[in-house]
Amino acid sequence: MAISGTEREEFEKQLEAYVGLDIGLEDRGRDPVNAAMVRHWCEAMGDACGAYTDAAEAAASVHGELVAPPTMLQTWILGGVSMASGESDPRDKQKELHRLFDSKGFTGVVATNTEQEYTRYLKMGDEIRAKTVIESISEQKATGLGIGYFINTRSTFRDQNDEEVGWLTFRVLKFEIAEASASSSSEAAAPSRPQRLKPALGHDNAWWWDCVEKDELAIQRCSRCQALRHPPRPMCGECQASDWDFVFSTGQGTIYSFVVIRHPEVPGYTYPLVVAVVELEEGTRFVGNVLDIDPEEVEIGMPVQASIELVDDEMKLPVFRRAQ
Amino acid sequence: MSIETLRYQDVNVGDALPELPIALTSSLIVAGAVASQDYTPVHHDKEAAEAAGMQDVFMNILTTNGLVSRFVTDWAGIDARITGVSIKLGTPNLPGDTMTLTGAVAEKDETGNAVTVEVTGKNAWGNHVTGTVKLTLPAGD
Ligand SMILES: [Zn+2]
Repeated sequence: MAISGTEREEFEKQLEAYVGLDIGLEDRGRDPVNAAMVRHWCEAMGDACGAYTDAAEAAASVHGELVAPPTMLQTWILGGVSMASGESDPRDKQKELHRLFDSKGFTGVVATNTEQEYTRYLKMGDEIRAKTVIESISEQKATGLGIGYFINTRSTFRDQNDEEVGWLTFRVLKFEIAEASASSSSEAAAPSRPQRLKPALGHDNAWWWDCVEKDELAIQRCSRCQALRHPPRPMCGECQASDWDFVFSTGQGTIYSFVVIRHPEVPGYTYPLVVAVVELEEGTRFVGNVLDIDPEEVEIGMPVQASIELVDDEMKLPVFRRAQ
Repeated sequence: MSIETLRYQDVNVGDALPELPIALTSSLIVAGAVASQDYTPVHHDKEAAEAAGMQDVFMNILTTNGLVSRFVTDWAGIDARITGVSIKLGTPNLPGDTMTLTGAVAEKDETGNAVTVEVTGKNAWGNHVTGTVKLTLPAGD
């Protein structure tokens, strides 16, 4: 639980002392802006702009000579391999502030926003340094990740002539990691792609999902009056008999009705998403997604064919495509 | 690469940029972190990423910015000058996924031939990045 009462008041008073503070260190680039680091960056990003790596093209461009990609700005002052140890200069007030948050249980950290402006493009040989100020700390907020505080910092970058070349701001959330995720082990880590909500399986519907597992689209049938019904349920709506069996559908049908969902987007689905009520040729209706079609081309009465496919890492579902 | 640079007059509000799908591999994520000199362990060490509650190494912000800037200059050409980037970060970029960058011209300002492009980078989990890139373009002849 997040701190409260007097403890919180005391803590927030401590935080106030950091607002407006210069973090106490000037970050100096260990290397001047240079072609090797620029080339390495461009290769990583797949950026083929000649202004960065082709001296002749750069000379003929508005830049007049080789320049560094502007979004590399912070690269020139970062610590490189030394950052991997997690150790920091004890004089660094920003790190000290983060440790203060950690001590009160706000151990999570995530950057949420960054804004940058570039006064000019950097040229080979420029020597860059930066000073950082803690601009503001928000009130306590309840966020999707947990309770926490936003910290805004601003770094101003200067060159060898003490001219400003650009600035950047970061907005970082320091938050209390929710218990569920804090206790999750590596094998409980989130799957690599979004998973669908699983159906609640019970006595009345598990058999239908078992059929899907075996790549069959089953339709429940009343043993007394032979009426088909879907989704599966215990009693016939026509004659109230509770005896039933099932038939396998060919998966052929026509679109009875449909909607195109554009918003909100739920992870794991492709948008725009066509959801149709399909009239199966056996004579009952079934709701499913229609795939691989321009939503503009979907129309009522269009013939479709079902197939049973994996829709995430483990769940199979009948999906539809336009019949050939 | 030698592409024709767009001129300020050629660009209209609403113009869409060519979509750019980026295959998110461990190699890209690590290469981006190293090229940006950002050795924070979560961007190159899977165990460290897992300890931070993630399933694998994830892309650092500098790489996101680098890809966004590439997306814009791939379209605008060598004579464009990027003057600012403002982004909001969402779902992380993880290996095995694809981030698709899309964008469109949102504003034009004749003062300085400035153009603002709105950019979205979306992966399987939702929006990884949304924001704007400001640039200036040369005037037409
Ligand atoms: Zn019946």
